[in-house]
Amino acid sequence: MFQHHARIERNSILLLVLTLVVVSIGGLVQILPLFFLESTIEKVEGIRPYTPLELVGRNIYIREGCYNCHSQQIRPFRDEAERYGHYSLAAESMYDHPFQWGSKRTGPDLARVGNRYSDDWHIAHLTNPRSVVPDSIMPSYPWLATTVIDGSDLAEHLRTLRVVGVPYTDDAIANATADFVAQANPDGTAPGLLARYPKANVRNFSGDVGKVTELTALIAYLQVLGTMVNFSTFDEHANQR
Amino acid sequence: MPTKIEKDEISGQHTTGHEWDGIRELNTPMPRWWLYIFYACIAFSVVWWVLYPAWPLPGGFTSGVLGYSTRGEHIASLAAQQTARASQAVGLGDASPEEIESDPARLELAVAIGKSAFALNCAQCHGSGAQGFAGFPNLNDDVWLWGGTHQAIITTLQHGVRWTADPDTRISQMPAFGADAVLTPAQISDVADYVMSLRGTVGDADAMARGMAVFTENCVACHLEGGIGNTEVGAPRLASAVHLYGGERTDVIAQVTRPRHGVMPAWSSRLDPITIKSLAVYVHSLGGGQ
Repeated sequence: MFQHHARIERNSILLLVLTLVVVSIGGLVQILPLFFLESTIEKVEGIRPYTPLELVGRNIYIREGCYNCHSQQIRPFRDEAERYGHYSLAAESMYDHPFQWGSKRTGPDLARVGNRYSDDWHIAHLTNPRSVVPDSIMPSYPWLATTVIDGSDLAEHLRTLRVVGVPYTDDAIANATADFVAQANPDGTAPGLLARYPKANVRNFSGDVGKVTELTALIAYLQVLGTMVNFSTFDEHANQR
Repeated sequence: MPTKIEKDEISGQHTTGHEWDGIRELNTPMPRWWLYIFYACIAFSVVWWVLYPAWPLPGGFTSGVLGYSTRGEHIASLAAQQTARASQAVGLGDASPEEIESDPARLELAVAIGKSAFALNCAQCHGSGAQGFAGFPNLNDDVWLWGGTHQAIITTLQHGVRWTADPDTRISQMPAFGADAVLTPAQISDVADYVMSLRGTVGDADAMARGMAVFTENCVACHLEGGIGNTEVGAPRLASAVHLYGGERTDVIAQVTRPRHGVMPAWSSRLDPITIKSLAVYVHSLGGGQ
């Protein structure tokens, strides 16, 4: 049987076809089950799609290339748990398109940076990291505080994300821009915002008056990272992998 | 292309039968050692599939007879760490911070734990030497917003300051005297003169007198007579050289007009009681403990 490989090697079309067959088998065995594997994404309580404001912040996070230095993936190692908190779950990035796991860990992991620092700290740190962390090598992002966003295109943004599987309701899409403004304005009215996005942080994240800046959106995004899952109902042992 | 396979006399191997312009190719088999390692690898992988999680299947995966999982190993390592910590932190759990402080051995242990936890959790805002930054309090001095006793520090650590997620958090809010038009700009200017005089900067006597009247009417309730501050409500001491948001007259005016308020997270959900107690002992030991 091993002598017949000469026949394959001499026929390039046959070689090509058989190579494709072998590679396909390898790919199908590795990839296909993942689409049917119900245990890949843990069943947890609390994960909701990002609010429009958080989504804008996330876009700024991507635009500024934060992922180049910051990962968002706490690995199940003791040292990472000690420093950052509970290891990241697949469920926590199921509405991320694309996910921000990253791989270059120059700065600290940000998967659970939400609720770890005050908004004031984020304002100071994003404007000039050296003002609070003297030995930081992170660049300054002072323009975030002066760049205003109107959020008028957010309905389209939500609709696009719905196409790839994020469960935004018609209601959420219709109110996208209103929700965007309302989340940053604690004195305003936000009818339905908390019903559409349970436990969303509603406050003036960066002291903006009468406008929403990129700084506000980015802080809103950072402050929600890793805070959604209700770990009191998470079964560690049932979710061992 | 001739297909004549012949034996090469020099090497003793057969040729492949190909020939290009008189050049022929030996059909030397793979070295034995290489082949055996290759077969051993295949055998190893089969053993691995049996022992460890390997193949994804519809609705699950082959979990392996050893029952290994990364997360399971992680949980076990965390549990081992807890046990090790508990065995090391002997005498810290039941003792009061004052008892710990009076016992050199336990004090050393608590300060070591506190220092390590401080570097990990607190240094980002309060500085690696607890020296603070503009807007983030210095913890080395004896000026305290919410009290510098062990118990006060523990309460602040547990529940945070203006941390709305914690129902027992420390809360106070200075009115926006300027932005909400409670005081006129002239009154704010006067009260700033008065506050500066509390710090030894003497300005216009008339303005200070008017400012004192404004202060008595609007500020004394929290900052107390003479601006000595009140840690019950987190009202800073104004008759002081230590300032969270700047010590210039313009800083005073800015703070009276539209006050800034510091926020500190609550740590009781992240840190265990012994770590919080050790942090309090450490911060208390920095020099300003009361």
